[in-house]
Amino acid sequence: MSSDSTALPRAEAASRPLVDALHGWVTTVDHKRLGILYILYALIFLVIGGIEAGIMRIQLMHAHNDFVSPQVFNRMFTMHGTTMIFFVAMPLVFGFANYLIPLMIGARDMAFPRLNAFSFWLMALGGFLLYFSLVGANGLYGAGNSPDVGWFAYAPLTSRTFSVGHSTDFWTLGLLVSGFGSIGTAINILTTILCMRCPGMSLGKMPLLAWLNLVMSGMVILAISPLTAAQVMLLVDRYLGGHFFDTQAGGSAVVWMHFFWIFGHPEVYVLAIPAFAFASEIIPVFSRKAIFGYPVMVAATICIGFIGMSVWAHHMFTVGMSSSANTFFVLSTMAIAVPTGIKIFNWLATMWGGKIEFKTPMLFCVAFVFQFLVAGLTGIMLGAAPFDWQLSNSYFVVAHFHYVIVGGILFTIFGAFYYWFPKMSGKMCNETLGKLHFWLFFIGFHLTFDFMHIPGMLGMPRRIYTYEPGRGWDVWNLIVTIGVFFQALGTVIFVTNLLWSYFNGKAAGSDPWDAWTLEWSTLSPPPAYNFASIPVVKSRRPLWDLKHPNDPDWKYE
Amino acid sequence: MNATSMTVAETIRWDRPVRGRVAIFGLIAAEAAIFSIFVVAYLFYIGKSLTGPMPKDVLSVPIFYTICLLSSSLTIHLAVSALRRKGVRGFAVWWFATIALGTAFLYGTATEWHRLIYHDGLTISTNLFGTTYYSLVGLHGFHVVVGLIALSIVMALALLGNVSSEHTERVDVLSLYWHFVDAVWVVVFTVVYLIGR
Repeated sequence: MSSDSTALPRAEAASRPLVDALHGWVTTVDHKRLGILYILYALIFLVIGGIEAGIMRIQLMHAHNDFVSPQVFNRMFTMHGTTMIFFVAMPLVFGFANYLIPLMIGARDMAFPRLNAFSFWLMALGGFLLYFSLVGANGLYGAGNSPDVGWFAYAPLTSRTFSVGHSTDFWTLGLLVSGFGSIGTAINILTTILCMRCPGMSLGKMPLLAWLNLVMSGMVILAISPLTAAQVMLLVDRYLGGHFFDTQAGGSAVVWMHFFWIFGHPEVYVLAIPAFAFASEIIPVFSRKAIFGYPVMVAATICIGFIGMSVWAHHMFTVGMSSSANTFFVLSTMAIAVPTGIKIFNWLATMWGGKIEFKTPMLFCVAFVFQFLVAGLTGIMLGAAPFDWQLSNSYFVVAHFHYVIVGGILFTIFGAFYYWFPKMSGKMCNETLGKLHFWLFFIGFHLTFDFMHIPGMLGMPRRIYTYEPGRGWDVWNLIVTIGVFFQALGTVIFVTNLLWSYFNGKAAGSDPWDAWTLEWSTLSPPPAYNFASIPVVKSRRPLWDLKHPNDPDWKYE
Repeated sequence: MNATSMTVAETIRWDRPVRGRVAIFGLIAAEAAIFSIFVVAYLFYIGKSLTGPMPKDVLSVPIFYTICLLSSSLTIHLAVSALRRKGVRGFAVWWFATIALGTAFLYGTATEWHRLIYHDGLTISTNLFGTTYYSLVGLHGFHVVVGLIALSIVMALALLGNVSSEHTERVDVLSLYWHFVDAVWVVVFTVVYLIGR
């Protein structure tokens, strides 16, 4: 109906000169544009971080390889980890949250649009600072050209003695600055969800994506802040001669570990909960059923939020904590499997008896459910302290957390791309290329990370730049590296698909998936004001009510 | 299909929390987490300094300045209440009193630090106590400075006649931040001057 009124400004936009268009993107405070900026920014870093992973895997392809020097290898694993967590996963999560939440709760923008833009540019500056180290970190000492202290940067490796030059400082500043951006965005998301819901949308009628992102933003507020504090302490140590982590003056290296992992483990859930959110939106639509156990999903998420804040020291079993501390963190780690298991059962129950359509978004989400289950099982194994003593810091751990982050989180993010791309661009993604992407990435993922468990169990430690032949590690490392090429090819197809579909895809219309949440009630792409008039909802699936006036949800909820 | 068609003519009662209050509580939670880490570090490192000076030798309890800061919570509350009752003049007076009390507190910190640095020879790099003390008290002092800058901007606006009772919600948000800064001082005071000394 209102398409005539919105077609006009878009035609004008196309004829504007490039500089004007770019200026519009740089100065924007629109949540949709900022969401897309976050996502594009993350995709660029995804490619960079992927190349770093590729370099490591080529180096480890066979024994005694000398593709890169040990120094470069150290920089690669540090930059890969830091990039993927802070400048790929976080901006992807925030990008989708930014784009989707106002649309899903029937609002015209986030609660604080300018804070939103400010937070994005802070995060962008953080990523720039990290990579500026490649040219700027030589400093007066002429030592080091990018951070090489590992992504958790244990003391005393980060002290001036062992980390001369400025590479560690760029790491610290990059994370500090992007951390401020993350806290700003989290406060914004929290406020948007609590204060901007359209009439009728009580907390219990919000889409699950909004609920889960509410918990996620609460966790960001409580988890990123300790990292910020720890980075400030590190700066005090490095620049003002402080002794927080200086064991020579009574300081403690273990305190850094605690402070880092108080951030580090909740961070896993900060990334996983939005992934759960994507799955909780996509699986019902492609199973043609309402989500199974909505209130239980919400309760389980809140449980994960609370327990997730109290499991951090399971990263530190090998440090030598007291047996009571070990016991506590074993039990809390085991306990978090319960709400997570509830979620898996709920997704399965949603699919059970449904009329499942295996479109690309659904393929990624189904793979996610099973891969995340396996990741959780190896998590339980590592959560048992005695098992962890055996395998901590081995490739088994690396395989476990990549199973979580790639097999769990990245797969649902790919699903989210295919699901919401039509809304963001107005064009459908190519389904053939999408399925090709899925299968290539699926095969590559399993080649790499299934087989990575084995050298870990055979004793191969993480972060070694090469190894002796004849330890039984060679063939497994070769398979792992071969898998990376499949994943790289899948990613190339994915980017190709996005570009091709953006220019040549067929028009999506406002509701290509016959879905039920509010973002599908407006145009694709949505106009700047989102909704011509603010919607009023009566149930969790307002579009179902609209499409089935004789059998609306609100009669049963 | 269009969003318009979903709008129901009936009017429903629809109350949502005030944005500013929710956001400031979010910020306070984040700040509380940051302070918690510094407080835990302070508590953990009590008595672990390898060299002097030690807290019991150099610290004295700043009772007067603590009273100044804590009473500024009362004055800012009175200021906001006055504004809510449309008492712009009362607001300006109590607001100014808040700034004065906050400044007095900062002066107290400044003299204490001056004495510690020039008389007792304690700097941030002297020993572990110095590192944790200056970071924790300094972090709090930094928040007082930020608060005072914000308070002064509102004061300037008030003197220019640009603050009226319709701004009560916004001023109230700032007062929540100031209450938080005061509450943090209660913790810092307890940890540094009562437990750690």
